[in-house]
Amino acid sequence: MRAFARLLDCLVYTQSRNRKTALLARYFRSTPDPDRGWALAALTDGIPIRLPLRRMVGDLTGRFIDPILYQLSRDYVGDTAETVALLWPDEPVDLMRVETTSSDPSPQRVEPEVESAVPSTRGRARREKLDDKSRQLSLDFTPTPAPSPQGGGENERAPLARKEHQQERRAIAANVDNRRSQDDTRSASQPRSEATDRAWGDVGHNSGEPAYLSLGNIIGEMANGTAAERTVRLGQFLNALDASGRWALLKLLGGAPRVGVSARLARTALAEAYGRDVSEIEEIWHALEPPYLDLFAWLDGKAERPDPGSKPVFRPVMLAHPVEEEDWPKLAPEDFIAEWKWDGIRVQISARGGDVRMFSRQGDDISATFPEIRSAFQGHDCVVDGELLIMRDGEIGLFNDLQQRLNRKVVTAKMMTAFPPHVRLYDLLFDGPEDLRALPFSERRARLETWHAREHPRLTDVSPLVGFTTFDDLNVLWSSSRAEGIEGLMLKRRDSTYQAGRIKGQWWKWKRAALTLDCVLMYAQRGSGKRSSYYSDYTFGVWQEDAGGERQLVPVGKAYSGFTDEELLLLDRWIRNNTVETFGPVRAVAPGIVFEVAFDAVHVSTRHKSGVAMRFPRIHRIRWDKPAAEADTLETVLRLMSGGSDAAAKRS
Amino acid sequence: MSSTFPPVDSWLYPSEAGLFCEPGGFYIDPHRSVNRAIITHGHSDHARSGHGAVLATHETIEIMKVRYGENCAGAFQPLKLGETITINGVGVRLAPAGHILGSAQVVLEWAGKRAVISGDYKRAFDPTCTPFELVPCDVFVTEATFALPVFRHEKAAHEVEKLLGSMAAEPDRTHLIGAYNLGKCQRMIRVIRDAGYSEPIYLHGAVIALTELYQRLGVDLGDVRPATTEDAKSLSGGIVMCPPSALGDRWSRRFGDPVNAFASGWMRVRGRARQHGVELPLVVSDHVDWPELIATVTDVGAEEIWVTHGREDALVHYLATRGIKARTLALVGREEEAE
Repeated sequence: MRAFARLLDCLVYTQSRNRKTALLARYFRSTPDPDRGWALAALTDGIPIRLPLRRMVGDLTGRFIDPILYQLSRDYVGDTAETVALLWPDEPVDLMRVETTSSDPSPQRVEPEVESAVPSTRGRARREKLDDKSRQLSLDFTPTPAPSPQGGGENERAPLARKEHQQERRAIAANVDNRRSQDDTRSASQPRSEATDRAWGDVGHNSGEPAYLSLGNIIGEMANGTAAERTVRLGQFLNALDASGRWALLKLLGGAPRVGVSARLARTALAEAYGRDVSEIEEIWHALEPPYLDLFAWLDGKAERPDPGSKPVFRPVMLAHPVEEEDWPKLAPEDFIAEWKWDGIRVQISARGGDVRMFSRQGDDISATFPEIRSAFQGHDCVVDGELLIMRDGEIGLFNDLQQRLNRKVVTAKMMTAFPPHVRLYDLLFDGPEDLRALPFSERRARLETWHAREHPRLTDVSPLVGFTTFDDLNVLWSSSRAEGIEGLMLKRRDSTYQAGRIKGQWWKWKRAALTLDCVLMYAQRGSGKRSSYYSDYTFGVWQEDAGGERQLVPVGKAYSGFTDEELLLLDRWIRNNTVETFGPVRAVAPGIVFEVAFDAVHVSTRHKSGVAMRFPRIHRIRWDKPAAEADTLETVLRLMSGGSDAAAKRS
Repeated sequence: MSSTFPPVDSWLYPSEAGLFCEPGGFYIDPHRSVNRAIITHGHSDHARSGHGAVLATHETIEIMKVRYGENCAGAFQPLKLGETITINGVGVRLAPAGHILGSAQVVLEWAGKRAVISGDYKRAFDPTCTPFELVPCDVFVTEATFALPVFRHEKAAHEVEKLLGSMAAEPDRTHLIGAYNLGKCQRMIRVIRDAGYSEPIYLHGAVIALTELYQRLGVDLGDVRPATTEDAKSLSGGIVMCPPSALGDRWSRRFGDPVNAFASGWMRVRGRARQHGVELPLVVSDHVDWPELIATVTDVGAEEIWVTHGREDALVHYLATRGIKARTLALVGREEEAE
């Protein structure tokens, strides 16, 4: 855990992408299996165990800190894992207090932190007692009958006899004081280099750390057991780790560690560490499972590249550059094919051997969220590229509708009826086993049309081409069409082969200029992560006149971005000085700050009192000069929603 | 002490200019110009220019003169730590606060009660100033800068070890250490010296005057030099001290690709370190952390704790759960974020 914690810590503080990749590469090369694989999982798809972490952590913190102090701390730090890591006392927390079980919601227990600073003799006595109870707990321990099929953790546990585990758990409970000196033979297989252990920035080994704190062992221990048992085990690990280790542990178990590394960057760093191209990893990624022993064996040169076999896998997606004013003269219209850029999310559907997967353009598997699409492609054998939309009776739904379906763990029948998905196809990458990616776009497009006419998977259509002779034609065509669901135009070179990434000069995207409105800041909330403790999340509104002629502000959107750090400081100060009311973490402020808000569209929303909501709002400018009374009105917003000339006028 | 005496807040209370001692006719750390001010220490949110007369330690007076000029107050009266004088019948003593060089707590005695205005203070070891003295009292006025249980500062020596480790790991990169230019900067240099580092340490223009003052007042900081442009090119791998605001500044680019370090108690929280674009956070503070704060407000045995700037809500809540009377003292002009 120490090496992993140091890795995450360094990643958090490193801005440079190259340095991040170097840190990751060093970690992957110098960390033994399976820990490096678990770390890779943590940074990409998450480890395959689900824990009621929030509840477990609530249960544990309730044992040593007053809930109000916890809340104030959480509010300040802006991240639960870090709050708990920092709050956790240096003295081990008593985990065996019987009244606190996971079924106990641990209400207002007022037990300030200093109480845990008991004299050491009392502490020892308590720990001895604790040891007894832990033994009892171990005897009661029964494994869950069916461990998760994805539970790579189980494999990890296999070589360890259960008895050994029990002993080890007792050791954790009883031996907190001598944990650093504990001699554990299993750590002998790990590389050690004690001399440089303390150097900051040195990642990749856990020298001197007992093996029960390895990622492999921790994941094995957390993979099964009742919630109460796992809560105690989590507490034992937290007791044994330092603040940085506690933070890393909670990030490991919580998924999405948010250390400034995307899943793709992690895979890229892995590829670079071993002199491979990232697409070599991406193309087999979804056939692999944590802790990726076969992947590392291949990278180490000890085995063949894992064969995805009959599993559908992701093929790295081709992306477009935004076309800028200065690009136009370099482009010849006859070289390009135009098509609409639909306002959904870009997806790739990979169907093979009776299995179907849908991936986001970053390669995240989002199939589970859209079972309809999986079943529509059932029995087909292809890889297609398209736009995922919500479609009712041939009408494209708003992006907002699509958002209702994204990132859901559970998809209800109601939701499936209310927000039916549809895929509008752009490209055909594989027709059966045949790889079409080296063909020019014009040919692939013809193949797509033939293929679709032949196979016609349900819930799909082919995105129509937009005919044109000159770019001016295209401009006219586009300006006159404000069809729902169009985000812009795509220009693709006729001869472009399908290549991973953003290849200069091949594909261009031509987006509409953003609309803007002057809105008044109404509420501010503290941000999280980098912006914790600053009021950085803003809800803003426009003026509405009621029947009596009274003007009041109604909220139309929320934005977190578009301002500089300096502006954030000024806004934060202004908000603190102009708060009229506070509701928990939210402050209502007097009307006084006008934001010029840029956004892509406005649509109907039941979420806001104004009845409208903005798509992709961001703060374009802070209008320190503009009086709040002169901000825009709801009427203006409603005119924008109907599209047409007002919007165009507003844009200039 | 008996409750027949008038309550402390009848003679010591916040007014528009700051905390006012009525029978004494003076303010403590006022944020506006007043006739008579007692200044706890030289940080700008406590020591301001333009007062008629200033009572403070000799070191604090020297700091004020360096920062604001020789004539920044009508008159200066130095008072040694530990000495007691009487002003209009009010006993006034300065007790060491352990915050920065010259920092003091103001101990006031009047009408059978004792109030201690601690200014800013810490309990951790600091080789550049006299350690904090615990003065039992009836009312203890405390800061609450780091008054959340998440704040536990590291030992400065430990953080300096981390710095030297980073220098060993990145020998070609200059380490820029952002540190509050009064107190923190000089303390960091001293602790770096104590860790055995004897190379010249370079100084940003904004930290030179106060660093030289520390040396004049007897704090040995070894070989310190201004970081000139020529040095910047040649000194890759060295240490440069600068104010935190200079870290992301254009000035810092002259050092090529430096490691930005920041020595502050805020560095305990990752989000805060990231806000400053810090690569090497050093959790070193000149304020009390939560355990020290709790120990102090408990050990002074006061009937009442008055809490000033910072996260006062958490401290007041905590003290209430311990049955200690506490209240927030609204003092304007305190800088919440600076350290």
